[in-house]
Amino acid sequence: MTTQTAKKPRYLADSPRFLAGLFMSPTIIYIVALVGFPFALAIIYAFTDITTGDPSLEFVGLDTIKAVWNDTVFRRALGNTFWFAVISNLFVVILATGLAELLTRDFKGKWFVRFLVLLPWVAPVSLATLTWLWTLDSVFSPIDWLLRQVGLIDQNMYWLGRPSLAFISVVAVQVWRIAPLAAVIVMAGMMAIPKDVHDAVEVDGAGPWRRLFEINIPLLAPIIAVAVLFGVILSMADMSVIYVLTRGGPTHRTQVLSTWAYFKGIEGGALGQGAAVALFLFPVLVGLTAVILRLARRREVL
Amino acid sequence: MALLEVRGLRKEFGDVVAVDGVDIKSEEGEFLVLLGPSGCGKTTLLRMIAGLEHPTEGQILLGGEDVTDLPPRARQIAMVFQSYALYPHMTVARNIAFPLKAQGVDGPERDEKVKWAAGLFGIEHLLHRRPRQLSGGERQRVALARAIVREPSVFLLDEPLSNLDAKLRAAARDDLMGFQRRIGITSVYVTHDQVEAMGMGDRIAVMRDGKIRQMGTPEEVYHHPADTFVAQFIGSPPMNLLDWGDYILGFRPEHFLPEGVQDGGDRVPFDFFVNRIEYLGSERYLYGFIPGHEETKVIAMLPATVTVPLEEQRQHRFSVASDQLRFFDKDGGQKIPPQTIQA
Repeated sequence: MTTQTAKKPRYLADSPRFLAGLFMSPTIIYIVALVGFPFALAIIYAFTDITTGDPSLEFVGLDTIKAVWNDTVFRRALGNTFWFAVISNLFVVILATGLAELLTRDFKGKWFVRFLVLLPWVAPVSLATLTWLWTLDSVFSPIDWLLRQVGLIDQNMYWLGRPSLAFISVVAVQVWRIAPLAAVIVMAGMMAIPKDVHDAVEVDGAGPWRRLFEINIPLLAPIIAVAVLFGVILSMADMSVIYVLTRGGPTHRTQVLSTWAYFKGIEGGALGQGAAVALFLFPVLVGLTAVILRLARRREVL
Repeated sequence: MALLEVRGLRKEFGDVVAVDGVDIKSEEGEFLVLLGPSGCGKTTLLRMIAGLEHPTEGQILLGGEDVTDLPPRARQIAMVFQSYALYPHMTVARNIAFPLKAQGVDGPERDEKVKWAAGLFGIEHLLHRRPRQLSGGERQRVALARAIVREPSVFLLDEPLSNLDAKLRAAARDDLMGFQRRIGITSVYVTHDQVEAMGMGDRIAVMRDGKIRQMGTPEEVYHHPADTFVAQFIGSPPMNLLDWGDYILGFRPEHFLPEGVQDGGDRVPFDFFVNRIEYLGSERYLYGFIPGHEETKVIAMLPATVTVPLEEQRQHRFSVASDQLRFFDKDGGQKIPPQTIQA
């Protein structure tokens, strides 16, 4: 009986343990090198007074964090970050739901319109934002030109030059930038709602508003939550739009934590303070992620 | 006046003609079944009556009023979908209340009607559950209750039993019929299941390729099929069809009996070579052919009460009552008047 079962050669590639390690190692190395290491470094830096002029690690306890916290610009940036994320994502949700509703309808040229809607998302962010920088230029803005022609304004608006207007401008561009992704996510969710359900809504006699608020939005809530999660994280952690448009100005009215961390730590050279500012985002983002994922799971009804 | 009338209805999807000139008149309280294989246009026809599809040509009239251009909510119709299409995020009570809410029926009146509809289908105890907590049969009842709650003038059903298992389906069929008789509501029922159609329909419209091939009572379509398609689509096993020279000869398997089993009347004898016998308890199926027509399989169905001994791989003497023979045109397969026949 045991004669033929004997020695078949065993290769290393037969071992699941070895294979698992082998296949996962690129990801693990990548995450450790590009996320884990800088993250650990940031935590360490936040407890030192390290600067680019004096790159020695001297632990100063909570002094750096306290200094950052007591900075009025930081307080402003904290508030701005919050409002920037909340207001832009509020508009993103409304816009994305509307777009999704529109793009799931049948009409001629649907393909082309879908392509146009996605365009802001696929264009490189810095390039796209540069276009906006010119569009909102203080002297040559085509929007100003148009408004002048129509007779609505006498002199230029200075979209990025006046504090409140600058904040509105960066919010608008941010909405323009992330709405397509949200729209596609919501659209995918909308297409996952069985056709029969929409037919039933029609036969049951509901109009478009009832269909939107009593059927689509409740059914899409988990999907919208995911879109919001992406939007909020993008608004809080990504600084490209603000960096290109206003660099946080004027008078720090559009300063957010990500830009402030960059200006402090990289351009200003105060590595320790920059790291401390950046770390303030971390618990906020972790908390948000947890809340939204929980929400998404609870609303799962289909 | 017909309650529901469809005139010259046609629907094209691009190059495909889904419904090709359909005329129907249905009286108050009638249970009309649209029967046909998948892709015959029966569901499209139903969706046009519902208002979910707009016809390319033709008219739809409800109670004499032209509703062709009206949206679904302006028609007095209700529809039950194959998937039931319950709203998954709402309780059963809210599902049933939804059409009333959409109509602007409020407060106590709405609650009362929800209770009435739930009572009709015996689902009062489920009102607080959500659809995913229900069995298939319960979901189906909720879908029916939701459809009936605003007392529509026409009730449309799109294969509502096809998602139930066989045992449940028989019970649900019985329930549905009982309910329809009680309420007396005009119903149009789509199915591909000929047993369902025969058992439920006051009249059956047999469809194929977007056209109604025959419309009649179950007896009519079964005993006097208008063409070879209807003859083979209805009945299980289907009608035997033989190429008989100038025409096609048809007879039902249960009328094809051994010589001597039935006496009297005018009978036409056939030789029958039996290949195989299937014993099914309540009946026997005999598979074979008629010598001279070897290429066509012929089936005989003998009830258990016929105890004549029969053997496989032997030729036997069978016969069919001559008034049970059907004749069809060789070209189009249309029914033609009885012919004289030599066996």
